[in-house]
Amino acid sequence: MSAPILSATDLRRHFEVKSGLFGGTNTVRALDGASFELVPGRTLAVVGESGCGKSTLANLVTMIDTPTSGTFTIDGQDIQPGDELKDKVLRAKVQIVFQNPYGSLNPRQTIGKILMEPLLLNRPEISAEERERRAREMVELVGLRPEHFNRYPHMFSGGQRQRIAVARALMLEPEILVLDEPVSALDLSIQSQVLNLLTDLQDKFNLAYLFISHDLSVVRHFADDVIVMYLGKPVEQGAKDEVFENPRHPYTKALLSATPMADPARRQERIKLEGELPSPLNVPVGCAFNPRCWKATEECRNKRPDMSDGSHRFACFHPENGDN
Amino acid sequence: MSLLEIKNLTVEFRTANGPFRAVDSVDMTVTAGELVAIVGESGSGKSVSMLAMMGLLPWTANITADKMEFDGKDLLRMSPKERRKIIGKDVSMIFQEPMSSLNPCYTVGFQIKEVLRQHTDLTRAERQARAVELMEQVGIPDPAKRLNVFPHQLSGGMSQRVMIAMALACKPKLLIADEPTTALDVTIQAQILDLLIDLQKTEGMALILITHDMGVVAETVERVNVQYAGQRVEQQEVNALFSNPHHPYTAALLAALPERATGRHLPTIPGVVPGQFDRPQGCLFSPRCEFADDHCRTKPPVAAGPELGKALCHRPLQQGVPQDQKEVSA
Repeated sequence: MSAPILSATDLRRHFEVKSGLFGGTNTVRALDGASFELVPGRTLAVVGESGCGKSTLANLVTMIDTPTSGTFTIDGQDIQPGDELKDKVLRAKVQIVFQNPYGSLNPRQTIGKILMEPLLLNRPEISAEERERRAREMVELVGLRPEHFNRYPHMFSGGQRQRIAVARALMLEPEILVLDEPVSALDLSIQSQVLNLLTDLQDKFNLAYLFISHDLSVVRHFADDVIVMYLGKPVEQGAKDEVFENPRHPYTKALLSATPMADPARRQERIKLEGELPSPLNVPVGCAFNPRCWKATEECRNKRPDMSDGSHRFACFHPENGDN
Repeated sequence: MSLLEIKNLTVEFRTANGPFRAVDSVDMTVTAGELVAIVGESGSGKSVSMLAMMGLLPWTANITADKMEFDGKDLLRMSPKERRKIIGKDVSMIFQEPMSSLNPCYTVGFQIKEVLRQHTDLTRAERQARAVELMEQVGIPDPAKRLNVFPHQLSGGMSQRVMIAMALACKPKLLIADEPTTALDVTIQAQILDLLIDLQKTEGMALILITHDMGVVAETVERVNVQYAGQRVEQQEVNALFSNPHHPYTAALLAALPERATGRHLPTIPGVVPGQFDRPQGCLFSPRCEFADDHCRTKPPVAAGPELGKALCHRPLQQGVPQDQKEVSA
């Protein structure tokens, strides 16, 4: 395994919110201590329900937002908030593909323009002909036809638009690609085309992927490593096979059992989680999962479990021991 | 006797560019207490066919059918006024996006009780009691208090439960759930699906589930209709459909599921669903079908027999192998 391109330690992002006119401020712990590494050629998937901090994580990694505390390095270089010049160089290394291809492409620009813009802004030394040559090359690389170069986004289907979004992200030859639910807006038959394209591109350019998704069956197919998040905190992380085959945290187990499997012969007993995700403004004391957990004890209600050590880590006082 | 019977339903929309056929001769029967799914990608006409049955399509839609009967009543020749007596009472629908389907100007209690006011002759106090009972039934904690909140104060899962409570208010004989869980997280999705199945069991209600999620289909329903580009291409029991799909589209769709993948690459269906202007001649799936021959590209197929899932295909599959359908003599 090659050296990590990005490593993050104890990354946190808190937001202050005012509670009412005379009330004090409250802190939303959108992301509360995530540590992970991205390795070239591998895919790290982040899974969890809405509000668990997946997108906050994506915003931090792409430097759209700055962390409240914690450090992360890209290519060995520390990210310091406010260091504009270095930021610009590093930003080119991390690109993002957004969830909704209908909203993330400018409807007034042709595909060619959309693809050439990153070069125009970040590599002004490149000549106009060279820019166009690279953009045309990219159009073919992502499986679009050359005549698509001068068309507008509305002339494309969802799958094709997502290809364009991927092409745009690759124009600056990044080393890390953040994929924020890249296929959840697409139909099943198109979803597999885009996933295959992403697999091919990863092999070709040795990209590190941060894959954000709530669809566990896609993650199971696509990822190498997995982080399961709950209310801003990772609760379990490790290699995909270990997490899926041998989930240790009760939340992971519940999430897996709630995911419908397309196999009617294997109708499994679902673990029913009571209630909903608590508001991140009002995180339960102790283990954040304790009000919905069927194994919660006094200890869980008072103390926050720490992440264990090793390659397969989890934060739970009463982990599941494998297949039961 | 079947509760809902639809024969040869076709829906065409008048557009500036000529008519667009969204639903193309679809048949459907549902018996009382049955769990049926309509599966298909976007644009396959699954929602439109149900909206047509409910009479909820705009005036640009041109609906024709040989037969459209609900509970012995002819929906085709019914006046809108008569239809409104059935819709919301005996047939009700849960719409796709709970957040935008509730009226933001009224409390959820008002919206639930409105259904009861229209369709029953309960008194005000009885309506209140029934609303509380419904909220309890769909698993909303503290129901009496929650009746007074506005939709924006509820989460997605809660709003969807309110939608279900509204749909169940008059104990419908048929509930149509149009992608009831797409906007929700998996743990909430599991709760909602369990709730719907419970209700189907306890109240003897028939349920039509419209979805594109094969996992949801496999875990909930008994019978599946597969739609493609407005046509019904296959109909089978759920176990048989997943183990032995007869239409190449169903087979390809199942093969494309990530959980069935064996290698690093997923099997794909090339191309896209045909739109208004590129509808192929012959079989609509032929440009994307791996088994298609010249015959498929020129002549529209006829549905096979029930032993082959009524597959709309010239060469329906049997255990993944195309069978030459015996030419319909005469």
